[in-house]
Amino acid sequence: MNGRLRWRKFVSNFMLAMTGVCAVVSVLVLFFILGYLLFNGGTSINWDFFTKLPKPVGETGGGMSNAIVGSGKILLLASLIGVPIGFLGGIYLAEFSGKGMASVVRYAADLLNGVPSIVIGIFAYSLVVLPFKHFSAYAGAFALGMMMIPITLRSTEEFLKSVPRMLREGAMALGASKWKTIATVIVPAAYRGIMTAILLALARVAGETAPLLFTAFGNRFESHGWSQPTATLPVMIYTYAVSPYDDWHRQAWAAGLVLLGLVLIINIMARTILSRGIAVPRS
Amino acid sequence: MKSAGPVSGSRSFLARLRNGDEIVRLITLIFAATVVLITAALVWELWANSALPRQKFGFNFFVTSVWDPIMDQFGALPFIYGTMVTSAVALVIAVPLGIGAAIFLAELAPPRVSDILQFFIDLLAAVPSVIYGLLGVFIVVPLMRTVIYPALNKPFGYLPIFKGPSYGVGFMTAGIVLAIMVIPYIISVSREVLLSVPRDQREAALALGSTRWESTWKVVVPFAKTGIMGSIFLALARALGETMAVTMVIGNTPKIAASLFAPGYSIAAVIANEFTEATGDLYLQSLIALGLVLFLLTFVLNGLARLLIVVTTQKGSEVGG
Amino acid sequence: MKRIAGLAIGVLALCAIVLADNALLINGAGATFPYPIYSKWFDVYHTNNPNFQFNYQSVGSGAGIKQVTEGTVDFGATDGPMNDDQLKAYQDKHGSGILHFPTVLGAHVPTYNISGVTGALNFTPDALAGIFLGKVTKWNDPAIAGANKGVNLPAADIVVVHRSDGSGTTYIWTDYLSKVSDEWKSKVSKGTSVNWPVGLGGKGNEGVTGLVKQTPNSIGYVELIYAVQNNIPYGSVKNSSGNFVKADLASVTAAAAGAAKQMPDDFRVSITNAPGKTAYPISSFTWLLIPQKFQDAGKRDAIKGFLKWMLNDGQNSVETLSYAKLPKEVVEKEKKAINSIQ
Repeated sequence: MNGRLRWRKFVSNFMLAMTGVCAVVSVLVLFFILGYLLFNGGTSINWDFFTKLPKPVGETGGGMSNAIVGSGKILLLASLIGVPIGFLGGIYLAEFSGKGMASVVRYAADLLNGVPSIVIGIFAYSLVVLPFKHFSAYAGAFALGMMMIPITLRSTEEFLKSVPRMLREGAMALGASKWKTIATVIVPAAYRGIMTAILLALARVAGETAPLLFTAFGNRFESHGWSQPTATLPVMIYTYAVSPYDDWHRQAWAAGLVLLGLVLIINIMARTILSRGIAVPRS
Repeated sequence: MKSAGPVSGSRSFLARLRNGDEIVRLITLIFAATVVLITAALVWELWANSALPRQKFGFNFFVTSVWDPIMDQFGALPFIYGTMVTSAVALVIAVPLGIGAAIFLAELAPPRVSDILQFFIDLLAAVPSVIYGLLGVFIVVPLMRTVIYPALNKPFGYLPIFKGPSYGVGFMTAGIVLAIMVIPYIISVSREVLLSVPRDQREAALALGSTRWESTWKVVVPFAKTGIMGSIFLALARALGETMAVTMVIGNTPKIAASLFAPGYSIAAVIANEFTEATGDLYLQSLIALGLVLFLLTFVLNGLARLLIVVTTQKGSEVGG
Repeated sequence: MKRIAGLAIGVLALCAIVLADNALLINGAGATFPYPIYSKWFDVYHTNNPNFQFNYQSVGSGAGIKQVTEGTVDFGATDGPMNDDQLKAYQDKHGSGILHFPTVLGAHVPTYNISGVTGALNFTPDALAGIFLGKVTKWNDPAIAGANKGVNLPAADIVVVHRSDGSGTTYIWTDYLSKVSDEWKSKVSKGTSVNWPVGLGGKGNEGVTGLVKQTPNSIGYVELIYAVQNNIPYGSVKNSSGNFVKADLASVTAAAAGAAKQMPDDFRVSITNAPGKTAYPISSFTWLLIPQKFQDAGKRDAIKGFLKWMLNDGQNSVETLSYAKLPKEVVEKEKKAINSIQ
């Protein structure tokens, strides 16, 4: 009996150790990715990278200033499209809607959330590029904005709903109308959670490449305004990575580092905001 | 919660409109309705713009493996196959690793350690897919050629899945990259689900004399089984829709091959590569039809996943503890 | 929240104002084959004419044809000339036609990565057809070895690399193979996207070069400059006179000599497998696709200006990138054709 018990104990310790190994391996992958990018990209990042335009094929040097600005512009516009729709839609779901409409909207949002990003690209191409007959920054922003809607909407709804009833009832007892209550009491109370969701949605679309392939297309120069094809970081990384030129590979690593850094910083910011929040549940 | 005005039902529309609440309600309703409209438009566009291949090929579209733009012959089978195979490889790698890690985080690690590690896992989920593609091209592909292929082909080369030459790129390479991408989903959801298993389940098992591992594996995990299945479906949905990382390492060859080392193609990858150049309506609409197939697959999987996860966490709270 | 919104709007407005510029942006897309020379040309042209920015995206001839037909770009570029159906589609859609303007001559070379082989292999038409049909599977196959006595070819499997995107380079390559191999003609035929019997797909000339560079024992077809710039060996091909010719300025120019004299008015011509002792058999023109009618007078004049520059000064810089100059007769004919752009 003792022998059997010892075996079971051994199996137990061994298997539990293995799960530890699994967890450590999974986390190590993140550090490996970071480290590799830092090593390959860090050595390639220089002032030129941020300030110069791409050079003609085969020549070394140049940078990705247009892609950095392009990504920034598109993300800004995408937020302006996606956040209001998601935020206000979420307010509707949490505060005004009846059960029927609410489940329809939620269902639609979940559906939209699950759409593969390449299919969003197809949709944006048919809706925005073809009728206007050019690739543009706003087509890209439309595609990314749509991807931000579901996350923003669901999170807004969840966080608004979780605001304690006390706060609502207190405001109403003081005679505030419904919309005043929402604007001045409920939304500020859920502010942190909603900000977090917006930042996370932004981080998610910041790295998306597929929807930009047929919408923003690409540009060797800076794009002025919003209706021209625009270079973006993720698409540049893709183009440079599959090319044969070593200098382009170097720049792809640098761009990868910048992109990953951006995404991780937004994520860390978002999660820190959330963890310092008051009485709002984790998403 | 409808508007709280005392006579809201009986006033005319315009009169109600002067009430600030109604305005806000209307505005937010419009935005909420926009979401429904956009989604409906998307589904409609996909359906309407893929009519030609439906008419011309009918069901055969899904079982033909010829993709010939010159002859206007389009069959979806190689892409469906490639999507399935790479996702399957990804799951075979990611599920054991992911569940193992989730068990560690939920059962063994002290809460602070668990939270910190989960934080890092969440960051891993945030890494953009083109970066995975970048790493795939420069790390996994050479690794496949120099280490993994010899390790599997020499001893097991007689098996159909390990036969044939290695190109570096291929189904297995794409599967490995996808595995890394979906592990965080399996870990986070499984961890949540395991944490929601009531304590008395574990304690009962331990009281009856089982070891830590036995109580975990034979009691807790089965209890959370449906939720864990949900996490796997979620991961699968993610893997199916992945575009960039796959197209950079799969070899872009619309062929069905038994060997995992062979190059292949996936639905998302072929759309990304050929969409902007598909001349001719049938060609373009065949690509959109593929997009519709992908959309339906991920839709079903996501729905199932959500259902399973909700059911499990509810079960946990019902049983009490 | 209000402050953030205000800030965002302010930044947006600032962007629109500050970055608003008088430069006219003209968008083009298409062939990867001439991308090195086009990117150089547009860069130089912009330096000399800061008011014009030509944004050319190297996405493949297929996409170039499609997007210029859709009207989402102002001009296209292709090495596979538009066929009659595509021309008709353009005409139907826009009510006016589209013109082909040859820009340079280039060579499509078989490039490979075989350990121990650094020199130029000799390829017969049968060997090339066999490799790409998947019938010649090993490097030391007699079809290849027979033409390369003295070279130590390994008994390794050949990894074929082709294009995954719609490509004019593919068009020229398959055009050549269709001319020299009946089996290829009936089985696969020619086009910008074909049903390849074997091989990996790379995106653009860039992608194919990248894959060949990284994959041992591979072979692909790329424009000459891609092989040269990346220091990968490329082979000689047996021409219709029976000589093994390596691609260079002289052999490509020789291939175009006959066509130059008999250039059709629409400039669509194939010079693969051209007669001539020194002609390189897989040469081709590459074309810019320019709409005949422009809505925007500014863009029309900009493009006409560029074309004129391209035919004069532009031609002087092509040889440094291993493209051959257009024959004089073709240049003269094109100059006349520019006038038909309205």
